[in-house]
Amino acid sequence: MPAVNTASLPDIVFMLLFFFMVATVMRQNTLMIENNLPFADQVEKLDKKDLVMYIYAGKPSENYKQYGNSAKIQLNDKFADVKEIASFIAAERASKREELVPYLTTALKVDSDANMGLIGDIKQELRKVNALKINYTTKKGSVLGNN
Amino acid sequence: MAKRAAPEVNAGSMADIAFLLLIFFLVTTTIETDSGINRKLPPMEESEEDVVIKQKNIFTVLLNGQDQLLVEDEIMELKDLRQAAKEFLDNGGDKSCTYCKGAKDPASSDNPDKAIISLANNRETTYKTYISVQNELVAAYNELRNERAETLYSMSFEQMEADYKDVNWPGNKEKLKVKIDKIKADYPQKLSEVQE
Repeated sequence: MPAVNTASLPDIVFMLLFFFMVATVMRQNTLMIENNLPFADQVEKLDKKDLVMYIYAGKPSENYKQYGNSAKIQLNDKFADVKEIASFIAAERASKREELVPYLTTALKVDSDANMGLIGDIKQELRKVNALKINYTTKKGSVLGNN
Repeated sequence: MAKRAAPEVNAGSMADIAFLLLIFFLVTTTIETDSGINRKLPPMEESEEDVVIKQKNIFTVLLNGQDQLLVEDEIMELKDLRQAAKEFLDNGGDKSCTYCKGAKDPASSDNPDKAIISLANNRETTYKTYISVQNELVAAYNELRNERAETLYSMSFEQMEADYKDVNWPGNKEKLKVKIDKIKADYPQKLSEVQE
């Protein structure tokens, strides 16, 4: 039996490689918090990635234990106070083209175990700066099975 | 001097190199999970006038600090919430709602347009539970809208919305928008939230 010609194998592998290179989205933010998102099944996709502002919340992860044990907010790459949300939103808005500002959505990426007090505070701040479109980012899955 | 041909570079290990890179990207790729429940927050300015809403048109859902669920003054399991919310919304107590399939119980909501779901949660409620409850309530609305869309246009509401968003969809978007708005008007999402 003649050996199978493997000369085109690198080409095939390179094709796969390019696909994954293009599909890979590197995280913009280094997470300093635990971010185990809750499950939901009535989800909608956030289609325009550049029109999303991310607010993370959760308790500090293993390496940042010195910041305490209760849930904290993370904006960009650092921990933030609830009061800093307003300036964060203003900065995000300023960085976008003016006509796109009304379409901005705030994605709340909050850890499952965070309590609602913090979320309530965030929502109140967002209302103050009139950033009313929000999205509770979740994983897709059944609510009942994963409780 | 005799001319020597440059020796061929051995490309046999090319596949190995490419595989190595491929595996690296495979491992580092996280297909982003950017989907979730969309909500709209109420604007800041409070309207001065008090709106009078009949008690029977309000479906109260209470979440306490221990993640227990109290619906219409009764303790309820999460799995029953969706059905209870659907029954409440689809009740059609004053018989003005021609498309409602509910029990027409005069002690429950008048029609879907008047029915309001009020969700109250405590500061100690965990986010996970809150999202579960939100999800079930949104699901109740979505299921009713789907049923309505099936009877009117023999197409699910989800499909209609997906078509509307799809840039490659060949149909008439304006007509579809009218249909979507009609369904939304039949079952408007009225969800109010309070935090204690």
